Amino acid sequence: MTEQAQATPGAAKEIGARRARKEDARLITGQTRWTDSIQVPGLLQMAVLRSPMAHARITRIDVSPALDRPGVLAAFSGRDFADEQGSLPCAWPVTEDMAQPPNPPLAVDEVRYAGDAVAVVVARDRYSAADALEAIEIDYEPLPPVLDLEEALADGAPLVHSDLGTNKCYDFHMPAGDYQAARDRAQAEGGIVMKRRYLQQRLQPSAMEPRAVVVEPIAAAGEFTLYSATQIPHILRLLLAMTTGVPEHKIRVVAPDVGGGFGSKLNLYAEESIALLVARRLGRPVKWTESRSENYQATIHGRGQIQDIEVAATREGRLLGLKVSLVADMGAYLQLITPGVPLLGAFMYPGIYKMDAYDFSCTGVFTTKTPTDAYRGAGRPEATYAIERAMDDLAQELGIDPIELRRQNWIRHEEFPFDTIAGLTYDSGNYEAATDEALRLFGYEELRREQAERRDRGDPVQLGIGISIYTEMCGIAPSRVLGSLSFGGGGWEYASVRMLPTGKVEVVTGASPHGQGHDTTFSQIVADALGVPFDDVELIHGDTKSSHKGLDTYGSRSLAVGGIAITQACGRVIEKARKVAAHLLEAADTDIEFSGGTFRVRGAPESAKTIQEVVLATHLAHDMPEGVEPSLDADATFDPENFSFPHGSHLVAAEVDTQTGFTKIRSYVAVDDCGRVINPLVVEGQVVGGIAQGLAQALYEEATYDADGNLTSGTLADYLVPAAPDVPEITMARTETPATTNPLGVKGIGEAGTIGSTPAVVNAIVDALRHLGVDDVDMPCTPERVWRAIQESSAASA
Amino acid sequence: MIPAQFEYTAPTTVDEAVSALAQGGEEAKVLAGGQSLMPLLRLRLAYPELLVDLNRVAELRGVRDEGDSLVIGAMTTHHTVVRDPLVNQHCALIALATATVADPAVRHRGTFGGSLAHADPAGDLPAVTVALDAEMIATGPNGQRTIPAGEFFADYLTSTLQPGEILVGVRVPKLAGWGFHYEKFNRVAQAWAVVGVAAAVRRANGNIAEARVGLTNMGATPVRARAVESAVQGTQAAPAALHEAASQAAEGTHPPSDLHGQADYRRHLAQVLTGRALAAAARV
Repeated sequence: MTEQAQATPGAAKEIGARRARKEDARLITGQTRWTDSIQVPGLLQMAVLRSPMAHARITRIDVSPALDRPGVLAAFSGRDFADEQGSLPCAWPVTEDMAQPPNPPLAVDEVRYAGDAVAVVVARDRYSAADALEAIEIDYEPLPPVLDLEEALADGAPLVHSDLGTNKCYDFHMPAGDYQAARDRAQAEGGIVMKRRYLQQRLQPSAMEPRAVVVEPIAAAGEFTLYSATQIPHILRLLLAMTTGVPEHKIRVVAPDVGGGFGSKLNLYAEESIALLVARRLGRPVKWTESRSENYQATIHGRGQIQDIEVAATREGRLLGLKVSLVADMGAYLQLITPGVPLLGAFMYPGIYKMDAYDFSCTGVFTTKTPTDAYRGAGRPEATYAIERAMDDLAQELGIDPIELRRQNWIRHEEFPFDTIAGLTYDSGNYEAATDEALRLFGYEELRREQAERRDRGDPVQLGIGISIYTEMCGIAPSRVLGSLSFGGGGWEYASVRMLPTGKVEVVTGASPHGQGHDTTFSQIVADALGVPFDDVELIHGDTKSSHKGLDTYGSRSLAVGGIAITQACGRVIEKARKVAAHLLEAADTDIEFSGGTFRVRGAPESAKTIQEVVLATHLAHDMPEGVEPSLDADATFDPENFSFPHGSHLVAAEVDTQTGFTKIRSYVAVDDCGRVINPLVVEGQVVGGIAQGLAQALYEEATYDADGNLTSGTLADYLVPAAPDVPEITMARTETPATTNPLGVKGIGEAGTIGSTPAVVNAIVDALRHLGVDDVDMPCTPERVWRAIQESSAASA
Repeated sequence: MIPAQFEYTAPTTVDEAVSALAQGGEEAKVLAGGQSLMPLLRLRLAYPELLVDLNRVAELRGVRDEGDSLVIGAMTTHHTVVRDPLVNQHCALIALATATVADPAVRHRGTFGGSLAHADPAGDLPAVTVALDAEMIATGPNGQRTIPAGEFFADYLTSTLQPGEILVGVRVPKLAGWGFHYEKFNRVAQAWAVVGVAAAVRRANGNIAEARVGLTNMGATPVRARAVESAVQGTQAAPAALHEAASQAAEGTHPPSDLHGQADYRRHLAQVLTGRALAAAARV
């Protein structure tokens, strides 16, 4: 640690401790409730028939033959629900004139991507349901697929939604400062205007647990309980009420333990909506569980952008301006935040740098592919990739060391809080400290020497050094900011702390974990705030009946928003308890001190009551102070005043085998700064997992389609997710620059690794090959792509 | 990922298995470790009416010494093969290649015979058996026969096993004094080989006396790189000479083009990897 966390009031015994995660025993052994393991009396199984074509008109559909199959109770096509299924919602109309075509849960007349749901079968068991799908008769009249983003925008292109008359979803423009002037100045003063095009391939989220939903109706009461492997039980309840017409108070949504999401379970999906409609129609409980093949076709994809970047800088390397023009793939329909994902990046292209002007524009485009939406980092990985690739490229163009170029332009630690050109205020950060530590751990100078030696001797294995110094905006989000961005929701979080008579604590949070370790992290916070043992704290989450209020988990928000709500609720418990303690100790409230779980009379430390004693006395209520209710429970709702801005310096040394194109990560150093750390073990887990995911984009993963629009990367045999042997040893360290905008000083860390790692890896590969004439390799940097890049540049130079 | 319905039987002897298979006729499939067949069933790419499960046939498991050769029972799991002392002593190439198959979970379930009978040219073991001149032992309604490995792989996912025949074991000649290497090139640890090279080399007096090279995923069947084998015979056991000989590795091959590599890239890889495999096998 190069900087100490600021001391916080009270003894911090738990905060900062490397606690093993208390939820892991049940998660790892599977002794828990996953949605698919939920059994309900009379449960029926639903299977979904999906379009085998990317784009077609449904000219005939007959589900009745499925009804003759054994075990089948019902079968429905989109036409059976046309009047009640509504449209899956998009909560982010990014411009006033954004095109928002209907997104019916079951396609009615037309299918718009391979995997679009067209019919369902409901049977007594999942085998019968799957068999009966084959009996459904459908005639399709093929329509032309729309696959290429730029061709989709050309005049006369076939249309995904013919009613719109265009494939354009929106044009968003955000200028800041005078970019043209910055550009002119660069040219007039002998500086540089550098243009680059970077590509963000589509990614397929691969949560370990696929999506699943169970709907249990109580027909007589008009009530529904919906269990779902979702990140957003609270938002889901609201969306279901808005789209199905079932009143909100008649819907209970439960997210049991959920096996990963990465943003892909941050939606109201067709199957959730259909399962509810089917359960309502039949008056019977229904379950649907996604297969991995369905997961890859019908769960949202991530990324999918063309990034045109222009950087204007002086000859000495001072950044003058940045222009970003994106074309972003929406896919066939708008899911919950599809159009807004590139805009979460809009604020992050300037990254850690100072500049005079910034011009961001983005065109959203419909294609006949799976809809895109948030995927770990959502917009910020794309932005960070572009700016950090550009900084390495600019350093090369100007002949400046890439670390020095960054140093010259980044916000210095004494300049915080800093108002960025994109309109954000970064509260705190210390890029110098993190980078210096990373360089030290990495052995930068020695590696540069080895790189030069390998180049000199024409070693078949070349060495490259990749740099990525990122920051990101997370802890989503101040509600007023979301409002100003036309987002259809707020960004606060709710907590309730309930003291049980024996001194144990139940904590209700509106955050909804799906692997992050909330139970552990939040227990540590509560243990310190109330002075109770870690094991005496129980978290309650993910059920709208028991945690009635919340905005769920995404955007690295649970600690920086939800954790603060818990802290505040704990504070209110203490204030209530202080009154009771004062009464019991026959002292004035103002004379009572609280620390380490004990109330003491100032100046008379032997006169004390533990919090457990105060809780029990309050429960008994035999002797309460005048006018004080016999309850120590407290709620809090926290709306952050700002995002949190973690940052980090990632350095990668990659060995590239020029004979095969294979890249081996030789060393990876990540120095991350997420402010004050509650649990280092949890942080390290997030960093390693995040890096693995970002490295996967750099090296392995890509959603691919054939010319007809079929997903050709639709299984784990073709969509390559790295396994443990493929992830290098990562040297991790931290600096701690506390956030100044929340009382714990914490910043989010759930997405940072993913955001920081991708450009570091690709920069390393390009750096290994620049002397061979290679200045770009598209992601994923497969061995074949790297080999071809070398072949092409050597052919070009021959 | 729900398979269509099928009947299932789990015999305990080879004879029972053969007769069960005969009764099932053309719609019957043999289930070994299930690591290839189960995904095909779950993706509904195969619709057998009957599965004859060999997992309870004890006589198909294990490795036995037959003097000049070893016989590896078809139902011996990859995990067992990798650790088997006889295999490591006499046919180390098999252990080296098997250790690269998929991931530990697959290796615990998947079987030596199953992966050969599946006849996937991207599988690691077919090229190894071809390189080693192994013999496949098949039992069917008409008794037992042996099929040279070079004649066993007929086409993509197609062996020359007759309907009703079961691969019961593989006879592998012992190779004393040879060096071995399996050079597998894949993108992630558990993935199939983009290209793989199985090499066995016998050195004498600083030269290569004899070499055998089998190629994985360079065509519809595993292939021997005969041109390399001829070119390398008698040459100096030195990297330059071996890499020179390896430049003929792609001759006569018809590699596929797919997501993991175009044909020309595979031809190039075959040359590079063959050079490396020979050098490693020759310990130079």
